[in-house]
Amino acid sequence: MPDGSFSHPQQRQFNPYTENGGTILAIAGKDFSVIAGDTRQSEGYSIQTRYAPKVFRLTDRAVLAVNGFAADGNMFVKKVQQRLEWYRHAHAKDMPLGAIARLIQTMLYGRRFFPYYVYNILGGIEEDGTGAVYSFDPVGSYEREACRAAGAAQSLVQPFLDNQIYFKNQQAPAGQSHPLHLPLSDVLAIVIDSFTSATERHIEVGDGLEIYVVLTKGRPTQDLEGYRGVKELTTRPDGDRVFLIQRELKKD
Amino acid sequence: MAATSAYNSPGFDFSNTYRNQFLADRGVPLPKATSTGTTIVGCLFKDGIVLGADTRATEGPIVADKNCEKIHFISDNIRCCGAGTAADTEFTTALISSNIEMHALTTGRKPRVVTAMTMLKQMLFRYQGNIGAALVLGGVDITGPQLFTIHPHGSTDKLPYVTMGSGSLAAMAIFESQWKPDMEREEALHLVTLAISAGIFNDLGSGSNVDACVITASGTEMLRNFVKPNERVEKERRYVFRRGTTAIKEEKVRRWVVDEEEVTPVGGEEMDTS
Repeated sequence: MPDGSFSHPQQRQFNPYTENGGTILAIAGKDFSVIAGDTRQSEGYSIQTRYAPKVFRLTDRAVLAVNGFAADGNMFVKKVQQRLEWYRHAHAKDMPLGAIARLIQTMLYGRRFFPYYVYNILGGIEEDGTGAVYSFDPVGSYEREACRAAGAAQSLVQPFLDNQIYFKNQQAPAGQSHPLHLPLSDVLAIVIDSFTSATERHIEVGDGLEIYVVLTKGRPTQDLEGYRGVKELTTRPDGDRVFLIQRELKKD
Repeated sequence: MAATSAYNSPGFDFSNTYRNQFLADRGVPLPKATSTGTTIVGCLFKDGIVLGADTRATEGPIVADKNCEKIHFISDNIRCCGAGTAADTEFTTALISSNIEMHALTTGRKPRVVTAMTMLKQMLFRYQGNIGAALVLGGVDITGPQLFTIHPHGSTDKLPYVTMGSGSLAAMAIFESQWKPDMEREEALHLVTLAISAGIFNDLGSGSNVDACVITASGTEMLRNFVKPNERVEKERRYVFRRGTTAIKEEKVRRWVVDEEEVTPVGGEEMDTS
């Protein structure tokens, strides 16, 4: 029409989501948990930043990794941290890991029809002192597992983890069985190799690597001391402890 | 659906596009071709041309080849960098290389860069952009150093410094800020290395190593893997599997040797040799 109106109904579309690449993974041990993620944030063929953390310390016993749409991820972590602070004010203690997992489920499902476009992996120490990993889908379905990879290179890393952690497609020597939990040094080596390999073959993975290690209260730390650049992030003495290992990844 | 013609025109057969569209509508998309995500550049200097390329080939977000060759041979004094669909750049450059050799043989002259450029653009234009080749063509002939870009639809540019591929903006940023006329060989090679590196590090479609090629009137120097700034670090563990790791579910032994019994014919009529 000359007045600028249309004779037929017009439909416009706005897509509020983007995909920002990167990969996260977590592995649970007997008395520890390892949660890791790369630090590249990208959109299409462009790198937005070489350092955007995807893994966050929530408490001295819980670490959350978020992957997918970065803006939603940051907002979601902020809201979880806020809920955990309220919990501390109300109960004068940190929320247990299993409770955080259930909280995340209800928070995600609360946005069932406008979801946070993120895959969450929660790692840490359970109240009984065992290492745990919880993985979520964007609308809150979750399960406790021994290991999980998510994000851009999930399809490259998860089969590797299935083989190396769960010993899938590997027959144990006669009369022997596979170990249920691997020692920390082996887990860290597998995590580092997962990320260097994903960097080789996936264009959205690279730049930096952050590995969080959560140890059960009273567990010896000598197997962490060999690693260069280990930082302790624990806030309170005589509880579970959190450490951070930072590594460089290839930048092409 | 439009009927396909019974007449078979030479070149590509487009009749399957209807079938492909039908399949795509049913949710069966076409397989993705390997694309050389790519940064490729060319640069004019005092006595010749420097061409440069990265070495990453991708299939979507997956790295298909970490060290592929994107500087293709056209003739002794002409080379061509290719970006776009890997197969298209390989076959077009190979075809034009062959035709250029024929041309050189019939004319008895050294081939010119414009000749290769014209053959490439006419071929690409004929295929209306369906051949996904974006090229940087460079060389030195009787008329001096020549540098061109050729787009998939057949348009061409003649410039003192050019870039193409997904990393073209990153590489052009380097040229626009640092290129100057009449550079020395070493200076130009360094600038091309910087331009390709800008693509390798800032464009996700480009990566791995820098290939370069210096063409002057006195000869062509192919510098394969001129710089390798992305060597893989040593792995933390060795992944060797114990013998017997793969479970044997069933075992069957079959004899494939056929028993042969040698039979010597006895008697019979003797051949007539008279």
